[in-house]
Amino acid sequence: MRHSIERSAEHPDVITLNMGPSHPATHGVLRLVVQLDGEQVLRTVPHLGYLHRGMEKIAENRTYTQFIPYTDRQDYLAPLASNVGFALAVEDLLGIRVPPRAEVIRVLCCELARIGAHLLWLGTHALDLGAATVFFHTFRDREWHYDLVEELTGTRLTTSYTRVGGLAQDASGDWLKHLRKFVDEFPRRVDQYESLLTGNAIWKKRTQDVGVLSATHALAHGVTGPVLRASGVEYDVRKARPYSGYENYQFDIPTGSAGDCYDRYLVRIEEMRQSARIMDQALRNVPDGPWHVDDPKIFLPPKKRVLTSMEELIHQFMLVTEGFECPSGEVYSSTEAPKGELGYYIVSTGGRSPYRLRVRSPSFNNLSVLPRICEGGLIADVVANIGSLDPVMGEVDR
Amino acid sequence: MAEPMQDGAAAAGRLQTRFPDAVVAAGSFRNQHWVELRAERLLEVCAWLRDDPENDYVMLLDVTAAHWPDSAQPMEVIYHLYSLSRNDRLRLKLRAGDRGPVPSLTSLWESAEWNEREAYDMFGIVFEGHPDLRRILMPDDYTDFPLRKELPLYTG
Repeated sequence: MRHSIERSAEHPDVITLNMGPSHPATHGVLRLVVQLDGEQVLRTVPHLGYLHRGMEKIAENRTYTQFIPYTDRQDYLAPLASNVGFALAVEDLLGIRVPPRAEVIRVLCCELARIGAHLLWLGTHALDLGAATVFFHTFRDREWHYDLVEELTGTRLTTSYTRVGGLAQDASGDWLKHLRKFVDEFPRRVDQYESLLTGNAIWKKRTQDVGVLSATHALAHGVTGPVLRASGVEYDVRKARPYSGYENYQFDIPTGSAGDCYDRYLVRIEEMRQSARIMDQALRNVPDGPWHVDDPKIFLPPKKRVLTSMEELIHQFMLVTEGFECPSGEVYSSTEAPKGELGYYIVSTGGRSPYRLRVRSPSFNNLSVLPRICEGGLIADVVANIGSLDPVMGEVDR
Repeated sequence: MAEPMQDGAAAAGRLQTRFPDAVVAAGSFRNQHWVELRAERLLEVCAWLRDDPENDYVMLLDVTAAHWPDSAQPMEVIYHLYSLSRNDRLRLKLRAGDRGPVPSLTSLWESAEWNEREAYDMFGIVFEGHPDLRRILMPDDYTDFPLRKELPLYTG
């Protein structure tokens, strides 16, 4: 194996340390084999696949609608964002666009998901580095976020909230009011988290100049999302290639310059504020009107009509048992998920299932820089580096 | 609404002019343009796509494959390139035999290292010149290639 370093005159005290796959600081089932000389890391070799469920294979035998619950289980910290990404890809393949109300609700979902994902990252990342207090603050607010997710979708984790052509159900006026309270309060909470960490001498010591990733290396590794932006590259799919009406919102893309763990921390902190800012604008302008496309061949008819009209009953029966037809062709469609560019590449030969579905997961590419940023550092910093890359193994292994 | 983006259109045109004998086919669907290349010319074309300032594809977003068992060249390898400066995507494809071989792009983009490993793991395609071509998601002692079409789907 390439990753083994033998004891030699140069490295007389090499030891090999196994970390994971079940380890509190690897954020899921990541396994690392670390070669150490004293406290210094010589090499880190990640071993993946402990959460591989063969989603891309499964997709070939499912209708497009049946695959939506699998997207919940990719980035399971932000299922709403993956739901939206997948629905958009299939809509690109079909050549349809959802009505404005559905787009605004989807934007609210994506940003709420980003806040939820970043709160988990912040709490666990700080906990890994010994700052336990932060965890309690972020998990208190994450609970609030989950209450909102539950109120909207009926479930906290496995939301399956989008449908191709729209949403599973409309958002209620009450929900929008409850979300408004959250959006108004949340930026103050971010200030609270920051007061615990940003100027904290120990936090800075543990994260500044640790895990430095240059822009050149980040790009070569296909790194996207906050990790790429912390290295100074201003690439955000929401700005570069707006979808769901993101071009209508004012927001900034925070970037770093050092590309270290501290910059990745600052970028995500600011992203949470920007998410609240986008939601604030979206909530001021939630249009009335339809929340799904008006096409009985793609979208389920209202239940009331199914029970009273033969035609709608047939449409419902066909959509549920067989699914809808897609044209033959191939599309790559991507969204800015909390971890970075989440792309779906669909190869269709017509029919009701994809011939091939590829999930380009941001965490997979982001995690590939881990050996590079750990090399030459200290063993204690491996934990800081993993946390700052914020990989979610459900998405890495698929 | 703004005009839809024509992804890869300009670069595909330049590529066909510059390397006419490397291109097998080209086309587009939903404003996404693709070029199919001869496998043996892949490295040369990709180096140009990355380094030529008019193209500037600094990122290799993804490497994946699709299996077409009834075709004489059953393996299709698909690359998605992204240019940050031009905000443009380009899809490259090539066809290969059952196990490849296909030239590795690891010398141009480090992201190819893990993505090609995954394509090998799932399809059995050999990427020549890859420094560490071994399984990445499946266990080391696994013998099949799960995304090949002859492996049955669960139909229950």
